[in-house]
This record gives sequence, structure tokens and C-alpha cells, in this order.
Amino acid sequence: MLLRYILKRILIMIPTLIVTSALIFTVINLPEGDYFETLAAEMQAQGEKADMSRIEFLKKEYGFDRPPLERYVRWVAGLLQGDMGYSFEYQRPVREIVGDRLLLTMIVSFATILFTWIVAFPIGIYSATHQYSWGDYGLTFLGLIGLAVPHFLLALVFMYFANIWFGTSIGGLVDPQYLNQPMSWAKLRSVLEHLWIPVIIIGAGGTAGMIRALRANLLDELQKQYYVTARAKGLPPGRALRKYPLRMSLNFFISDIGDILPSIVSGAEIVAIVLSLQTTGPLLIRALQSQDMYLAGSFLMFLSFLTVIGVLISDIALAFLDPRIRLQGTATK
Amino acid sequence: MDILRISDLRIGFTVHGFSRDVVKGVSLRVPAGKTVALVGESGSGKSVISQAIMGLLPRAGAITGGEILFRDPLAPDTVVDIAALPPEGPGIRQLRGGRIGMIFQEPMSSLSPIHTIGNQIEEALLLHRPMPKPEARGLIEAMLKRVGFKNPQRAFGLYPFELSGGLRQRAMLAMALICQPALLIADEPTTALDVTIQAQVLDLMRDLQAEMGMAILLITHDLGVVANMADEVVVIFHGEIMERGPVEGIFRHPRHPYLKALLKASPHFDMQEGERLVALREARPRPAVARAAPAPAPRADDTPLLRVRHLRKTYVTGSRSFFGKGTLTTVKAVDDVSFDIRRGECLGLVGESGCGKTTVSKIVMRAITANSGEVVFDDGRERCDVLTLQGEALRSFRQRVQMIFQDPVSSLSPRMTVMNILREPLVIHDRGGPAEQRERVKALMQDVGLDVRYLNRYPHSFSGGQRQRIGIARALALDPELIICDEPVSALDVSVQAQILNLLKDLQAERGLTFLFISHNLAVVNYMADRIAVMANGRIVELAPRHVLFNNPVHPYTKALLRSVPFADLDRKLDFKLAAPTGASDDRQWGDAFRSGPDDAALTQLPLGDGHYVLARPNADARELVP
Repeated sequence: MLLRYILKRILIMIPTLIVTSALIFTVINLPEGDYFETLAAEMQAQGEKADMSRIEFLKKEYGFDRPPLERYVRWVAGLLQGDMGYSFEYQRPVREIVGDRLLLTMIVSFATILFTWIVAFPIGIYSATHQYSWGDYGLTFLGLIGLAVPHFLLALVFMYFANIWFGTSIGGLVDPQYLNQPMSWAKLRSVLEHLWIPVIIIGAGGTAGMIRALRANLLDELQKQYYVTARAKGLPPGRALRKYPLRMSLNFFISDIGDILPSIVSGAEIVAIVLSLQTTGPLLIRALQSQDMYLAGSFLMFLSFLTVIGVLISDIALAFLDPRIRLQGTATK
Repeated sequence: MDILRISDLRIGFTVHGFSRDVVKGVSLRVPAGKTVALVGESGSGKSVISQAIMGLLPRAGAITGGEILFRDPLAPDTVVDIAALPPEGPGIRQLRGGRIGMIFQEPMSSLSPIHTIGNQIEEALLLHRPMPKPEARGLIEAMLKRVGFKNPQRAFGLYPFELSGGLRQRAMLAMALICQPALLIADEPTTALDVTIQAQVLDLMRDLQAEMGMAILLITHDLGVVANMADEVVVIFHGEIMERGPVEGIFRHPRHPYLKALLKASPHFDMQEGERLVALREARPRPAVARAAPAPAPRADDTPLLRVRHLRKTYVTGSRSFFGKGTLTTVKAVDDVSFDIRRGECLGLVGESGCGKTTVSKIVMRAITANSGEVVFDDGRERCDVLTLQGEALRSFRQRVQMIFQDPVSSLSPRMTVMNILREPLVIHDRGGPAEQRERVKALMQDVGLDVRYLNRYPHSFSGGQRQRIGIARALALDPELIICDEPVSALDVSVQAQILNLLKDLQAERGLTFLFISHNLAVVNYMADRIAVMANGRIVELAPRHVLFNNPVHPYTKALLRSVPFADLDRKLDFKLAAPTGASDDRQWGDAFRSGPDDAALTQLPLGDGHYVLARPNADARELVP
């Protein structure tokens, strides 16, 4: 039963990804012109003589004289073989450019999720079990500030005060000497040293939102009759809370994993520019501006893939946690 | 020896800084091995007392005085004052679940939906009696078997949503009793169950009580249940005890006016034709002379207002795989249902939950679509085929059939004032200008006995009975010919129930209304209906005029239903063993004449004369069917 469920979920991923890839391809191709025209225009504007024959050659080389459908199919086929295409701007395969940044992005994202959960859970539980107490009000107030302040502003404030108080620059994710170096223990340490600031900044809003959501969910569950039943058995309040209402309110978070992954990756982009992090965010924005289509497209595709995987993980986790999803069939009316 | 002795208990609630006494000096006792019924209506404080005994008062509530003395028969020399124990301390936790078990009204919500019932029972057992898991499992399976699970090994691993309401309540009982408590608190344990299931669960509680020798504190508003279960009765009203004593004295010589009024307000089967329930407060003064009903167009022939023929509706349930295949089961919710509703009559539709009665009403309302069948609505001026109506014709038909719902809370929008709620139908159907509509709304409020000054209030500031009256006024707004009442009083207290039923009867007489009255409560249907149709498994198994059905039931299902109703009368106690040995709608219990046999003989509605029909094999001899 469970196996079939998982298989079904995986099968559903296929059409989802096909539709997403088609959408991404269409959207990127929507603006007039392509990278080469932008390039030619830029060169002419700078007074250089555009080498039209070279541009024509490049266009042919990358199949830009073919109909869009064919280019789409070739792009997707490439993706399936792990070939993310070639960046015109950097004149290097997309994978090489993205590779290092992708790892850093994932480290930042993962650390942010972890931070969010570690901070939000105790606070949310406290707020719910001490509803309308001073502690609840205070934490709620802090959370709302976190929710209301835009990330980039928070980043600027952090940078300013770090400079004033510690006299250090907190920009970047690694010390400059490790840039473009292969990953090593020293580099990892440097990353971890820098990590906490972007994690706090990016995670602030999400944490606040999660505290509010957990508080609301848990308050609902605490009213439920089965919690009274659990306490009527003689369970100590902490154990009863963990086994019943908390577990029920988890459903919400697990089904949220699918949303968290992309929102953290994309929400971090502006912060990444402000803090000049070597993550993928700034790269994506630059690629979209210059219509560097394989770089942008493959990159967006990767994000979509993450999302779909996130949804898959949350679906499977939900099925494990909640027997109603696992065992109850669908009913038609 | 008294297991529980409560004296001068006071409980206060603090809401928005105001404290209010909910329980005002209550004293009662529960003797060992006996059943004490605590009777009262919602808001009387009866549930709060049970919460105080368990130490489970909501945070806003606190014991402000008095004592709750618990004497454990296993340690008769020590007396614990529960009121003095810290509410979350180890002392009270040891009693909870260990020595005092509790079951609740809603078997659906009182079990955790994501843990198996075995897991939940095991938790209670191991908490109070640590033992190796295999041993615990043996004990739990024995208990599950005792409460009526046919296959306890399998039941251990089932989730609550895989069980019916009755089985869930049995699982709850197993959980509450697994530690062999000295006292069981049962808070409205059968209110949410069908009558036949109620009889089974009550029977089980009595048997277990005899076996384990425990005392039961039974909290209920149903005097019928009290008469059949209790040794002693305590009547509570607004946090004060009105009357208490042995069940004999209470029922044979009620002294307190409140208890007398309560007994008179409950509908029962011995009511005379035209006898009226005595509501504690009537909804409105009864008009001395019934206003002249807007006489329906006089007709020579006797065409029914609604004619339903061969209605069928199936639901498909089961798991569906992504590619369309899978295990699908087809459930016949409504299976070849035919009936007429005559102009000006009240047709009762009775049956247990899941029998299809609500589905029928929704098909008539055109809220869901039938698979096949015919519904003809004929108001004397024009005939329409309800199931084929489209567009404007459907819109104008909707004005003529209105509905009164079961739940007065969720059926009124909390964000609309009463004025807006009552005006909405008039606005939708474009009846008159704004001033005219407001006048009409005011008249409607008076019709249901509500003050027109309340029009700008929101539903939350009304009591359940008042809200139901708003729902009735809304149904009347468009001057419909047919009103479908779907369990209109089953969410209400007995005293309010009488008020609403009387109001509906008066309105029917004044306006010449026709009712389809759906209920699972036979006494209520008996009070309201002219003719009654009994539904089981999607079919109408018996249809007869009211007095015929109650005096002379033929179908085994009808008989089982009637046998299972607890009377508030000590001389007619339920014979639990006879009431419903298994589910009454299980047609294997019905006898050959009422089942489609192996020769696939179809069942038909056999006329027994006098408008009495029963679903049986066509070759069955009518005389055999008569009891």
C-alpha cells in the first residue's frame, strides 16, 4: 500500500517536470531577441565592430536557427544526461559555473531550514502552551518584527553594525583566499564561520512565520477532545503534548517542506547580492538579465527539481506519519 | 461505602477578567458499584463537575470551595481530597486513568486519529501498571474481546477512522477500563450514537459494571437513559442541585418543578392525538385563534405535493490508483426509494446514520444528483419534474422548497447580522424593494417569537434554540410550500426541543406548510409526523400512518428500532438483551420474508391496508407479516 503510494507520487513527478520545463523554456524565450542579438547590440553600442559572421556561426553552433520546439527537445535531452548546457556569457559549461555555488546555496539553505526549525519549535510550543502570557506576547512581538522587516534591510543593518562594532566586513561566504579553491577542511571552516549571518537574516522571516503557524496549529489541537482523553489517562502534560497535539500539528510543517526549499533559495537572492554571497542567486539574476538562456533555464529547472523533490519528501513523510493518508482511499461523490 | 463524596463544591470561571460561579455548592455521592446519573441541560455545569473530579478543568476554571473526596476500595482507609491536589501533580495523575476512568460523548474525536487503538490502550495500561509488552498485549486483547471486538488481534492494530461510531465507543470503554478503575465517569457516552447502538453500549456498560464492581457516574440529558441505567439520580440546573435521590423516587414522585417540567417536555410514545408538549418557555405566545391559513388552492383530486419514484443514488468509494484502476466499491446510498408527501402533512423519515435519509432530502433539494428516478413537485398550479429542471425554472423551484438544518451553529454565517441572514433569500430571489424586505424580515422575527430589536445582532449572541428559530425564519422567508427539516432538534436540549417542535407545529397549522421531517429520534418523529417512512440500507422498509407504525410495526428493522428506544418510564425498561443483539440494519437478522432470497426474488412494497406498506417478497402472505 505504502509502496504503491510512493510509486504513484514519483510517477506524478514526471508530468509536473515536463510542464515546468516547457513553461521555463517559453518564458525565457518570450522577450524579443536572444543572447547573441543582445551581445551584438552591446558591442555596437561600445563602438566595436561586431563580427557578424562569428555571431552567425555561434547561432548555428547552438542551434538558434532551428525552430524553438527542436531547441527545447535538445535542451531537455541534454538535461536528462546531466548536461546543463553552455553559458554564452561565461563561455564555460553551465555545470562548471554553477557547481561550486550550488553547493554553497544548498549549505546556506539547509542551515537556514535547520535554524528555522530549531528556533521556531520551542518558541511556538511555548507560545501555544502559555497563550496570552507575557512570554507569549513578547515572543509574538519579536516574531512579527522578524516577519515585517525585509531581508535586504536586515542584511544592510547587520553589515553596518558589524562594521561599526567589530570592524569586520561580513560580506561573502568564505574568506577571499578560498574563492575558486576546491573544497577543503579549511574552506569548510571558513564557510561555517561566515554562515551564521546570512542564515539568521534569511531565516528571520521564515522563523517568525513558522512560530505563528505552529502556535495557531497547536492551539487548535490543544482544544481537541483526544488531548483531554490523553490527560484523562494520567499522562503527564509534557508527554501528552508531545505524543498527541504536537504530532498532529507536525503535518502542516511536513507538507510545507516542498514550499520551503524554493522559497529559501529564491528569497535569499537579494540578500545574497547585498552580502555578496557566492551562492547561485546573483548568478541567476545576472543570467536572466543578459538572456543567457542555458544558464538561466537549466538553473531554474534545477530549482523546480528541488521543489518537486521537496514535495515528494513531504508526501512520503506525511504518509509515514499519518495513517489517514496511508490507508484511506479516495471517495467520489 | 461511598467511592466519591462531593460536598459544597464551587467552581468559578474567569473570562475577560470577570469571574462567574458555574457550580454553586454542589453535593453528591457515588456509592461503590452503583450508577449515579447526573442529569441536566447544556450549561448546567454537569460536565464541569466531571472535569473537576478528573482534575481536568480548563485553564479559566478553578475550584473555589468545597471538597471532592475519593475513597479507593483497594485502600479504604485513605481518603484523597481531589479538590486539594495540585492539578498536574503526580497524585491526581495516578488516579486519572488508573483509578478513575472516563469516556466522552464524541467517540470520533476523543481518540487520536493517528495512533492505533492498541497503542492508545497500551499507553494507559503501561502508565499505571508497568509490565512487559507481550503481557500487556494479552490483557488488551482480552479487554477488546470483552467489549465486543470480534477479532481482537486485528483490532489492536486498527486506527479509529477504520471503525464505526459504536466500535469506537467500545474502544474508548476498553481504554477507560483497562486499569480496572473504581469509578467510571461517562459524559454523555451514547448521545452521538444511533438508538440500537446506544442500547448495545449501555448494555455493555452494565455488564462490565457487574463484572468489575465499579461505580459509574453517568452524565446525561436523556431521561430515558437515566431510567434504564441509574440507581440514583441527581438533577442539576444552573450549577445547583434541584433534586436527588433513588431513581424510583425521582421518576414516580418528582417534586421539584424543574424536573416535572423536564419530564413533560420530553416527547414520548404515549402521547394522545393532539396532545401538546409543555415547553419550559414557549417560543412565542400561542395565538388564541389560529390565524386563517392562506388556504391552498382547493382541489378536487388528491394529487400529492411531492411524488418521489424509484430514486437511486450510488457513491463510489475506495482507493483509486493513478491510472484509474483500483479497488472500487459501490455503495447504494439510496436504492429504489418511492414515496408521496401530501399537501399539508408532515412525513417523517426515520433511520439510523448512514441509511440514506439525508441523501434523499438533498436529491429533492437538487443539491446532489440522483442516478435515476423521478421527483414530481405539484403545487396545484403547475407540475414540474424536479430532477430535470434547468436555469430559471430551477431557480424559481428553489423558492418553493426550503430547508432547516441540524446544527444551528454552523448553518448561520457568523459574519452576517440576523437582518442580513433573513434578507438574503429575499434579495437573491428579488422579492420587493429594500423597505418591503425589511418589513418582511420583521414579520418573520415575530413569527418565530424573536424580538425585532435583535435584528442587528450576530448569531453568536443567541442561544442554540434562538439560532434554530432564526434558521426557521430563514426557511419561511420565501413562503415555501415544502420545508425539509433535517434533524432540526437533535442538537438541542430537551426543554428547547419542545419549544422548537411546538413552534414548527404551530407554523405548519397557520401556513398550511408541508414538512419532510428527518430524524433518528423516534419519539420526536412520533410527535411531529402524520405518516412515517422507515429507511434502512438505502431503502424504505416500512411506511405507515404514525399510530399504525408505532402500534403495529411489521418489519423487523422497525421493531428493532422501537425496542431500542429507552423510555423515561421505570415500568417499561429496555430489555437490553432483546433490543438489538447485532446491528439492526444487518438484513441477515430480518427473516426470509424481508430479504431478497437466493432466487433473486425482488422485494416490493406490500400493501397491508390502511396506508401501511412494508418491503417484503411479493409472494409473502400478507397475513404472515402481521405480528
